Amino acid sequence: MDTFMGLDAVVLARIQFGFTVAFHFIFPAFTIGLASFLMVLNGWYLWSKDQAYLNLFNYWVKIFAITFAMGVVSGIVMSYQFGTNWSVFSDRTGPVLGPLMAYEVLTAFFLEAGFLGIMLFGRDKVGNGLHMVATVMVAVGTAISATWILSVNSWMHTPAGFGVNEAGQFVPEDWWQVIFNPSFPYRLVHTLTAAYLTTAFIVGGVGAWNLLRGRRENKSVRKMFSMAMWMAAIVAPLQIVFGHEQGLNTYEYQPTKVLAMEGHFESYDDGIPLILFGIPDQEAGEMKFELAIPKIGGPILGKGWNASMEGLDTVPEAEQPPVGIVFWSFRIMVGIGFLMMGLGFWSLLSRFRGRLYDDRWLQRAALVMGPSGLVAVIAGWITTEVGRQPYVVYGEMLTSEAASPLGASAVGASLIAFIVIYFAVFGAGVGYLIKLMSREPERVEPDDEPGPLRAAGIVPGTQMPPSGRAQPAE
Amino acid sequence: MDGLGVSFDLTVAWALLLAFAVYVYVVLDGFDLGIGILYPFFRSKEDRDLMMNSVAPVWDGNETWLVLGGGGLFAAFPLAYAIILPALYPPIIAMLLALIFRGVAFEFRWKAASPFQEWFWDGAFIGGSTVAALAQGITLGALLQGIDVDGRSYGGGWWDWLTPFSLLCGVSVVLGYAFMGATWLNMKLLGDIQHKVRRMARVFGIATVACIVLVSLWTPFLEQEYFARWFGFPEALVVAPVPLLVALIAWQLWVRIDNPGNDWVPFVLTMALFLLCFVGLGISMWPHVIPPAVTIYDAASPAKSQLFMFVGAIVLVPIILAYSGYAYWVFRGKLKPGEGYH
Repeated sequence: MDTFMGLDAVVLARIQFGFTVAFHFIFPAFTIGLASFLMVLNGWYLWSKDQAYLNLFNYWVKIFAITFAMGVVSGIVMSYQFGTNWSVFSDRTGPVLGPLMAYEVLTAFFLEAGFLGIMLFGRDKVGNGLHMVATVMVAVGTAISATWILSVNSWMHTPAGFGVNEAGQFVPEDWWQVIFNPSFPYRLVHTLTAAYLTTAFIVGGVGAWNLLRGRRENKSVRKMFSMAMWMAAIVAPLQIVFGHEQGLNTYEYQPTKVLAMEGHFESYDDGIPLILFGIPDQEAGEMKFELAIPKIGGPILGKGWNASMEGLDTVPEAEQPPVGIVFWSFRIMVGIGFLMMGLGFWSLLSRFRGRLYDDRWLQRAALVMGPSGLVAVIAGWITTEVGRQPYVVYGEMLTSEAASPLGASAVGASLIAFIVIYFAVFGAGVGYLIKLMSREPERVEPDDEPGPLRAAGIVPGTQMPPSGRAQPAE
Repeated sequence: MDGLGVSFDLTVAWALLLAFAVYVYVVLDGFDLGIGILYPFFRSKEDRDLMMNSVAPVWDGNETWLVLGGGGLFAAFPLAYAIILPALYPPIIAMLLALIFRGVAFEFRWKAASPFQEWFWDGAFIGGSTVAALAQGITLGALLQGIDVDGRSYGGGWWDWLTPFSLLCGVSVVLGYAFMGATWLNMKLLGDIQHKVRRMARVFGIATVACIVLVSLWTPFLEQEYFARWFGFPEALVVAPVPLLVALIAWQLWVRIDNPGNDWVPFVLTMALFLLCFVGLGISMWPHVIPPAVTIYDAASPAKSQLFMFVGAIVLVPIILAYSGYAYWVFRGKLKPGEGYH
């Protein structure tokens, strides 16, 4: 009963949580940005009366509905997983973290769910104005949700404003300090921006696909590609700044994590190198095949050129996170970040040459980078969460003491069930999403039809079967 | 009022608020899970489309009450959350997985590209709804029959939850949800299909009431304390209205199920029936959150935690009820065949 396929219950519970939360977060990472995108599209349509935006709204809202449903059902799992697999953690942190999650439900989940139906199906019934209100509420709800859960997560990294009672529970002393714990603002900004970038690149990828398929004449296609490339050009560089700020904050409060991210096994007393690549060997405590730039690590961490720093060799092995995972996942995230910025600048160049919709190589690159935001987001979360180990509440509670008193076979069996079902169900869902995304948005005017039809003042949107879902009310 | 007094009040208030959240969940998700349970009795695609469309705009909000139940328990009674979920691990995991299947079916069913896929997602909707209902009933039964506690954790075995009583509760909830689904559809549909759901409402109504009687007769024998509550004197006098009201509502349902023009009446009566079951449950369990050992006071989080949330909840819950109610109002009235949202 003690192990299941050679793994003990705590490791299995960690795998289960990591798997279910990573799978779950794929969906909100996309829907947080998409909800705002839909809000912008709908608002723009109402303001300009340009059918191209309405068609784009109708195109993406179907994709939103499926993604949101998958986010909801995988999210319900998360809200119970704290108790099923991490009951000691739940008992001890409940007084501090529970209220924040309850506020997430009360201020965000209900708002999203309550107005989602109207946003998806209600335009005919409530009119354009109230439909817009519902769309805004859904977008606001997703952002509020991210705010609360990031506060919870940040508290686990930089706990503040608490005491410990005689039962061993963390208890709140100052709610302001709990919620606005030291890493929260940085992590919130970095995560929300990541969600917007993720969405922008998916939208950009779909736009690129449509352009590559020769649908350049469709105004909606051009609009979505252009909007996505603006986001890439403006927000990707900002995100690198935000990420850097979060890194500095982490260095202040969780220096061990940064040492693992940067691969600093050694201490330095005369300048800190920036290790670009290498193979971390944690047992030997060294970086093999190291490729590094001398000295510039200091200024990056806000120190001098000749700064000194204590490396992982000063940290007891039992308090080190698994360096290899943290080191590599961090590089994946940062690498994608720079690629995103590169694509953004490339798009600016093409745009100012007036070739944005004709640059086939730009479009191919945008297509390939469509899902890159999702990869970066997951890599970033792995960096920060694995980097917190061996603690579940940094410096206060070990992960190994947080698990439920469950047998390995129980956790193992449920883990296998989750893996099989998630891949089957969400795999099918992603398949449906890709199918929807490969379609062309409805055209405003049947441009490629012969003239007389258009001259007869044909109703916009008769080329494709009407979606029936979101026709204008009037 | 001294500090102790405040925390006393808050704990009771939170217990009532959570009970309210769970009741709202049971009623709302009850009827939409019930539609999944009724699916096998309707073969044609048109009928199934209509049934699903009757809840498509609202199911998501309905399920959020379940998240509030879980999140609220974690926040207000963390010890109870930490004991109940490991104790009921298999049914809880089964429920979560089942809810995944039936939740995605709402969207995937309309995207099915082949008859096989359509069959598969219909099956996911049926199986998911039924298993979720069964698991919820088993969870309820297992809680009611008592959970072994050791210190601050679950102290029992891995199959303690599985007993004839918990299985009876599981089946009861499946039948009860099907009944509620039928009265909902009776309210939302017209024509032949409405006549059919009315007949089904009668059948499932009889089955539900029979289950209520069985569970109610069995429960007092689970714990001595339950027995004293229901059959002791003078307690019995105080609790007697509950079974009497159940009988009254059951009779009214039988009379009014075929009541054209007032199709909302049976649905409301069903909600009242579930409310009475809930009150009965409360009479048995109070003041325990985990019978027989853990009371709401044992499990309560500190007053500071409960107060912080309570301030928000007292403002937000009415607002939530208002806009959720508005969403129902927008999609009110009878659904006509072919009038789909998808």
